[in-house]
Amino acid sequence: MRETAVEHVESWLDSFSEAAKGAGNLPWLRRLREDAFARFCETGFPTTRDEDWRFTNVSAIARTTFRPAGAAKVTAAEIAPYRVDGVAAQIVFVNGRFAPELSQLNRLPKGVTVASLRERMESHPQELEQHLGRYADIRRDPFCALNTAFLSDGAYVHVARGVVVEAPVYLLYLSTEESTPAMTHPRNLIVADDESQVSVIEDYASVGRESVVLSNAVTELIAGESATAQHYLIEREHLKAFNVQTLRIQQGRSANVASHSLLLGGGLVRNNVHPVLAGEGGECLINGLFLGTGRQHLDNYMHVEHASPHCGSRQFYNGILDQQAHGVFHGRIVVHKDAQKTDAKQTNRNLLLSDDAQIDTKPQLEIYADDVKCTHGATIGQIEENALFYLRSRGLSEAEARKLLLLAFAEECVERMHSAVAKELMERLIREHLLFLEQAPRVPSGPRITERAVEEVG
Amino acid sequence: MSLLEIKNLHVRVDGNEILKGIDLTVNAGEVHSIMGPNGSGKSTLAQVLARRDAYEITDGSVTLDGKDLLAMKPEEAACEGVFLAFQYPVEIPGIGNTYFLRSALNAQRKYRGQEEMDAMDFLPLFREKLALLEMDDKLMSRSLNEGFSGGEKKRNEILQMAILEPKLAILDETDSGLDIDALRIVANGVNSLRNPERAMLVVTHYQRLLNYIVPDFVHVLVDGRIVRSGGKELALELEEKGYSWAEPETAGVGASAAPALRRDGARA
Ligand SMILES: Nc1ncnc2c1ncn2[C@@H]1O[C@H](COP(=O)(O)OP(=O)(O)OP(=O)(O)O)[C@@H](O)[C@H]1O
Ligand SMILES: [Mg+2]
Repeated sequence: MRETAVEHVESWLDSFSEAAKGAGNLPWLRRLREDAFARFCETGFPTTRDEDWRFTNVSAIARTTFRPAGAAKVTAAEIAPYRVDGVAAQIVFVNGRFAPELSQLNRLPKGVTVASLRERMESHPQELEQHLGRYADIRRDPFCALNTAFLSDGAYVHVARGVVVEAPVYLLYLSTEESTPAMTHPRNLIVADDESQVSVIEDYASVGRESVVLSNAVTELIAGESATAQHYLIEREHLKAFNVQTLRIQQGRSANVASHSLLLGGGLVRNNVHPVLAGEGGECLINGLFLGTGRQHLDNYMHVEHASPHCGSRQFYNGILDQQAHGVFHGRIVVHKDAQKTDAKQTNRNLLLSDDAQIDTKPQLEIYADDVKCTHGATIGQIEENALFYLRSRGLSEAEARKLLLLAFAEECVERMHSAVAKELMERLIREHLLFLEQAPRVPSGPRITERAVEEVG
Repeated sequence: MSLLEIKNLHVRVDGNEILKGIDLTVNAGEVHSIMGPNGSGKSTLAQVLARRDAYEITDGSVTLDGKDLLAMKPEEAACEGVFLAFQYPVEIPGIGNTYFLRSALNAQRKYRGQEEMDAMDFLPLFREKLALLEMDDKLMSRSLNEGFSGGEKKRNEILQMAILEPKLAILDETDSGLDIDALRIVANGVNSLRNPERAMLVVTHYQRLLNYIVPDFVHVLVDGRIVRSGGKELALELEEKGYSWAEPETAGVGASAAPALRRDGARA
């Protein structure tokens, strides 16, 4: 590398060549990875001078030496809390590696494939070549570049033309305790062929004691003509985790896609959702809820691209922030020149539960067509004293009344979800988390994870 | 012992004195009406009794069944039997009416050491009270007061009161915004709850409501003070002569007149 903006570049080179050894021999794949790594070395990690990263400082990630997470075992007892009833399949990854002994892939209907991306690359390379790496933007986003450079495993979900799977496919990513900072780069590919229907839950969690990890995941979701796809993201890692998520959606003609996110865990989280409405008549719903406490930093970066006429997009994000948590909602809508009759809507509502909690909310509309309807709105408020008093005046305790009001606020997001199984799971996690918020000890003022992690890592 | 005893209550809001020495005694079984012009402090009194903490109490005392009401939180006051039907009931999206009502009832039952009611036990009670207030089932499947008309909100307040069965019910302008039919229904609901153990404080501007809910005593509140107390005929007199007729008396006679009036309104 002639010039690089990357700190610890030797360590990155080391990790990269180490990972390349185990990555198979497909020439197109090798090229994809090498290009991505070169691009990452060129740009390095983003800084807050970068408009896309204005509110999120990732210098703690940049300064840390992460090594690819090692292989680890997760016991049946450890995975038991992560079993979800009513799913079509469950595929489990431990430290980024497919764990067949923990996965349940045997009840899939005909026309549906759920597999390890790595295994599928060996058995059906051409099938993957069509899509893999075609959509995720390694030029614009260094984390996407990094993920692609280290691309090795993740989930592959394919639903054949006209096939409908009602029950969701459940993807679980567990990271275990490590003695030094560890990283994983899960890479998922979801392909819903024309007129098919699928829903997928991606769940990121930690087992064992807290240790510094970076989960940098990229999912490419391709929805064919008139396909329907529901994507659910759950982030519930421990507070030492850095989590960067990118969901890149490519929608065909009349495709109907929804992204639902629930951010509960992670010390520093960046959730990118980037749908491109590439065919006429597409509909996209982007729905999310983030609940932060302590010194969590939860950043939601939406980038909705209307590239075809007569498409609709709806963004609804609700945030609840307590203690010194910092939330970000950046809602970018780009309407291309030909995308006439676009109907794009964006709403971000936030509740701040403490004086130290903070939210940055920023709409960004870039409209190059003339016949479009774009609206956006954001609110920031506290729990309404009036409502609280009303509930208490009927006998509910203050804690109970607050919980009801927060649940009601969160419920708006759950109600937009489709799958009953996903709804039930989300609702349970939200309830548990609100209880946790109520009971969490107040942390004293101090640096956020962005700085704290550096101190610990040295 | 009286159910409610207010003595020399002084209350400030944002540094302004709103209640300037209220004395009022209410016994179980009595219905007292509080009348007065806009801004005289009627809602302030009602909200203080329901223990809203936005008010600064600078002097005086209030007891409920001998217990210090001013030391209670809103939920404790509720569990001890205070119910306020709000002048402006709050809309709360996302919380179901029925669910809320059952939660509230159970919170109060738990406080009193009674067993909680499950949905099956609750339903018959709920239906009975719905019928009493001639309310539609469908309304109840909605969120708390969300999209309710003014009249529907007021009826919902009385429905809650009918289910929670308080010792002391405070109705803050429950009649305002009601047409004559709704008024009749609401009054009917309230009257059905009158009994020797229960007292009511009925805040209103107009004598109209008092044709349906006939009070034992009427008090006139002007500028944070009770300036006159009397029987139900006082309401009629007020309607005829206006509040200005009631006012000068205190202005002229001063504080010495107040105890006499109080005795009149508070036969222990
Ligand atoms: N939260 C508050 N902040 C400031 N002033 C207040 C507040 N609440 C009440 N007040 C003032 O206190 C006074 C009494 O108000 P209150 O609502 O008790 O009157 P009211 O007799 O109920 O009037 P109305 O007949 O219009 O309902 C008014 O001057 C009002 O502006
Ligand atoms: Mg009032």
